[in-house]
Amino acid sequence: MSKQLNLTLKVWRQDSKESAGRIETYPANNIPEEASFLEMLDIVNEGLIVQGKEPIHFDHDCREGICGSCSLTINGIPHGKDRGVTTCQLHMRKFTNGDTIWIEPFRAKAFPIVRDLIVDRSAFDRIIASGGYIDVRTGSAVDANSLPIPKADADSAFDAAACIGCGACVASCKNASAMLFVSAKVSHLGHLPQGQPEREKRVLAMVRQMDAEGFGNCTNQYECEAACPKEISADHIARMNRDFAKAAAKEALV
Amino acid sequence: MNALSRCLCSYWSSSIGKKLVVALTGLALVLFLAGHLTGNLLVFVGQKAFNDYAELLHHALHGAGVWIARIGLLSCVTLHIVATIQLTRENKAARTPYAFDATIQAPKSSRIMIWSGLTILAFVIYHLLHFTVRAGNTYDTYVDAAHLANTGLTRHDAWKMVIDGFSVWYVVAFYVIAMTLLCSHLSHGVASMFQTLGLRSKKSRPMIAAISKGYALLIWLGFISIPLAILVFGFGK
Ligand code: SF4
Ligand code: FES
Repeated sequence: MSKQLNLTLKVWRQDSKESAGRIETYPANNIPEEASFLEMLDIVNEGLIVQGKEPIHFDHDCREGICGSCSLTINGIPHGKDRGVTTCQLHMRKFTNGDTIWIEPFRAKAFPIVRDLIVDRSAFDRIIASGGYIDVRTGSAVDANSLPIPKADADSAFDAAACIGCGACVASCKNASAMLFVSAKVSHLGHLPQGQPEREKRVLAMVRQMDAEGFGNCTNQYECEAACPKEISADHIARMNRDFAKAAAKEALV
Repeated sequence: MNALSRCLCSYWSSSIGKKLVVALTGLALVLFLAGHLTGNLLVFVGQKAFNDYAELLHHALHGAGVWIARIGLLSCVTLHIVATIQLTRENKAARTPYAFDATIQAPKSSRIMIWSGLTILAFVIYHLLHFTVRAGNTYDTYVDAAHLANTGLTRHDAWKMVIDGFSVWYVVAFYVIAMTLLCSHLSHGVASMFQTLGLRSKKSRPMIAAISKGYALLIWLGFISIPLAILVFGFGK
């Protein structure tokens, strides 16, 4: 039989968007250490259902670190303190028997709580809709190597494209700023030839939408970079700052 | 609205644009600090060198130079503070608090920027009253005796003012505390300037971190060396 853990959970419960939330305490007993964090919650929820209580609501989908659905701020750190993993990839072997674990939603004014640990991250969708795309005629795919792209640009674009839109950057930021997410999207397209025609329009629109959604302003503390499960670099933020400064000047003056 | 004011408005009304204002005014103030420190260190060269320098500052462009610099600095300080206060308020409004609060890597200096900044503001006001307006002291009456004997002209003895000013322990204590907060402010501020201006990249990252910390340390050591030399080591007496 594998090692099992007995834990105490301090979980944020909130019945609806409007109601006041509270921290509630639950025991999590006999948790196999190979369970993922979400599986641990599944086990706790099964227990709650058997007792006729309301299970803890949380977001999840792929459970393999690629969809960006899972969230959870674990002991104050989005996706837990392990670097480069999402909550669904976090395993209970990282905890010790007897631990108390605080589980809260990804908090930010721009991410209203829907219920318990589920937050509404549609602000991100509106930012993408404002400019996170390229206008191209669809049809049969062009030959893969018809557009030469320097290796360094392709690599950087790929690194930025790894963003899964989870919102951990916002949740970890002292100012609930969305700069890492937005910069990843801006950088991803801005590095590639297909992204050039709309490069300026894109950065202006996305930054303005980000501001309108009520995210905070970056203070260059790079908590986002440390919390990001895809380890997106804050260098993309510097690049976006530069792009924005140029585009705003050009928009007004040229 | 003409094009320029439209451009400035679009900067001021956006998060990144307002941060650019903070970075650029910060840059001006950072450069001013280097100049101010260099001039101050002339105290160690001697009474004549220091008073010559003070006289030069006050007579540049027939006395207009010092006022141009003052107005420039005052505008930078004002813009820097107004922008950062607005940004900080927006940041407080955007963040809903955690029951269990944790910090992964943000250094302490980056987390107290508004408080180190406001303390520095209080210090600057005191500093101006102390040595520029010379309120509540008799420094205005100091005359450079050696200069009078050599040239027959009267001029203010700024050097003696500095020596006397830093002979009071609580004044020195306040200066040292303020300079320590300035050091903390700069260690985050200088690096942030590069980031906000978009000049930080994967390759320049470590260099910028080193420049920021090194500059903060240099400014701290330079500025506290004067009051400490006078109070602790009796320099100039
Ligand atoms: S930048 Fe990282 S933390 Fe932010 S949304 Fe993308 S993957 Fe998540
Ligand atoms: S559930 Fe898809 S990333 Fe965690």
